[in-house]
Amino acid sequence: MVTKVYIPRDSSALAVGAEKVAAAVAAEAKARGLDVEIVRNGSRGLYWLETMVEVATEQGRVAYGPVKAKDVPALFDAGFIHGKPHALSLGLTEEIEWLKKQQRLTFARVGITDPVSLEDYLAHDGYKGMKNALKLSGAEIVKTVTDSGLRGRGGAAFPTGIKWNTVLGCESEQKYVVCNADEGDSGTYSDRMIMEGDPFVLIEGMTIAGVAVGATQGYIYLRSEYPHALAVLNEAIEVANKAGYLGENILGSGKTFKLEVRRAAGAYVCGEETSLLESLEGKRGLVRFKPPLPAIEGLFGKPTVVNNVISLATVPIILDKGAQFYADYGMGRSRGTLPIQLAGNLKQGGLVELAFGATLRELLYDYGGGSASGRPIRAVQVGGPLGAYLPESQFDTPLDYEEFAKLWAVLGHGGIVAFDDTVDMAKMARYAFEFCAVESCGKCTPCRIGSTRGMEVIDKITAGKDHAKSITLVRDLSDTMLNGSLCALGGMTPYPVLSALNHFPEDFGVSSGGLSSEAK
Amino acid sequence: MSDLHTTQETSAVIDALIKKHQHQPGALLPLLHAIQDTIGYVPESSYTAISKALSLSVAEVHGVVTFYHHFRTHQPGRHIMQICRAESCQAMGSEALEAHAKQCLNIDYHQTTADGALTLEPVYCLGNCALSPSVMVDDEIYGRVSPSELDALIAEAKSTEVKA
Repeated sequence: MVTKVYIPRDSSALAVGAEKVAAAVAAEAKARGLDVEIVRNGSRGLYWLETMVEVATEQGRVAYGPVKAKDVPALFDAGFIHGKPHALSLGLTEEIEWLKKQQRLTFARVGITDPVSLEDYLAHDGYKGMKNALKLSGAEIVKTVTDSGLRGRGGAAFPTGIKWNTVLGCESEQKYVVCNADEGDSGTYSDRMIMEGDPFVLIEGMTIAGVAVGATQGYIYLRSEYPHALAVLNEAIEVANKAGYLGENILGSGKTFKLEVRRAAGAYVCGEETSLLESLEGKRGLVRFKPPLPAIEGLFGKPTVVNNVISLATVPIILDKGAQFYADYGMGRSRGTLPIQLAGNLKQGGLVELAFGATLRELLYDYGGGSASGRPIRAVQVGGPLGAYLPESQFDTPLDYEEFAKLWAVLGHGGIVAFDDTVDMAKMARYAFEFCAVESCGKCTPCRIGSTRGMEVIDKITAGKDHAKSITLVRDLSDTMLNGSLCALGGMTPYPVLSALNHFPEDFGVSSGGLSSEAK
Repeated sequence: MSDLHTTQETSAVIDALIKKHQHQPGALLPLLHAIQDTIGYVPESSYTAISKALSLSVAEVHGVVTFYHHFRTHQPGRHIMQICRAESCQAMGSEALEAHAKQCLNIDYHQTTADGALTLEPVYCLGNCALSPSVMVDDEIYGRVSPSELDALIAEAKSTEVKA
């Protein structure tokens, strides 16, 4: 009998030796004359346990991790292919508390299926959403997405259905669906995990979007730093084309949707939707003025849906189980679930999908297990390099778009980066300006010049030169950038800068009592 | 530095790639990727041919090549090592790793070692943030990289002639 062994092909698993583990398992099985089929799945998202090897048994899948290639012979000796105990045994995967407590909707299949097997996808509820969508009118599909309460998971949190409705309402011989897969925020990797672990769900989501708004061509704008995601996506697109799930006359519906992956080229600003469109058109990624909205004049001047990977990958389950099913998760105006990415100085980094409403503290300690260094967690940055730094006193904030906005913070793409007490927050503020200077597209002055001047002012502050004046100056400069920048890059760089200054004034040589009245 | 980009062979390769990509909508980025993937960089001598084929000015081609961090106009070392400088990796000691790499290789970012083995580049996030700090060598990613593991990666890169 063939035994199925699962070894991830996810980038982060590969980063800690999954390829070597897979080779060792294959070699050892051959040497022992055992019939083993290795499935290269996505990651379950328990990254501190990667490489996590699973074996299919009659009781269910049994996990072992973190496995190194050198552990493989001993695993065979212990009888791991029958799920027998070993020091690295984690028991039944589905019973692992960390995983069991989650509410995986968008990530329902990631780590479970073979990412490029269409049969596997179909066997795990794949394409059910699209089959429902093909029976509906465009307006009905859009209404379902609107009613689900899904908001853009890229960071801006704009209601997805409303965006689609604008494109639906435009008359045009050509419309486009563009997936923003330029996941450049530090601390985020959920887009990558979907693309590497369940690419068909993204393909399905984009196809539904195309069918809904009447777009026949889709592009996935993928960052160049993700070569493994590129390979998986292209493999999956080829499979979908051959099986009639992409291309002309999809599943006999008469609808056409073609899909192509386009590689970005290492410019952070191209994650901004108008800059992304310029880049797709073959130009420098300069931010466009809005209006016109991309929904009305987008790619090549045509009406275009631009959505993040997670937004699009969430559409299939909404069309499968209904708007209400999805909307029943969450709190306030943040409906559904958020795939949260734990990163930085945490013992147990990984992917946690939960309904909106969990607190930072739960995520950092219950899931994250506290800092990796064993030192106290002093600050966390939520929402990427343009997100605010939060101090311990704000760790009880629930993850909810509006609750974060009240603190002058953002949820962004759901990345949480933890820092221990060795962090120098003035340095992090300087880095925020530096990053903005490196990545600015240069179109607007506050971002292009302000970022470099900001770095210089922080240097003055840390050197103690014109200290009080420089503190005033950095606030004044931040105000200009906030209100005068063309896009979120310049416009949100003040979030990390001012939150660092407000919450950690001692790192800027300011006594903590001296700033509270100025704190935003 | 050899004038590789003026050789007939290289310009024939570039011409073939131009023919392959020029009719795609928004052809410039896919074309530049194809050129860099094939010969390792985008030679400035190719701008004229590209601009003619895509009905652009040479300045526009130059503008695009230089806007994006990914594109290079000179032949890099045999291997490219990128060290992540983003926040998550900083929280796990990437600054020390950067300093260690620069010291061991005796070069700064955007430079190539004297033996032509390795070009060092900064990168802002590799999407491996649960296993920071991260390093990428060519297309292979490495997580939880310690200075001694970095030494091993450098030694491996220096000992291999071509990209794995």
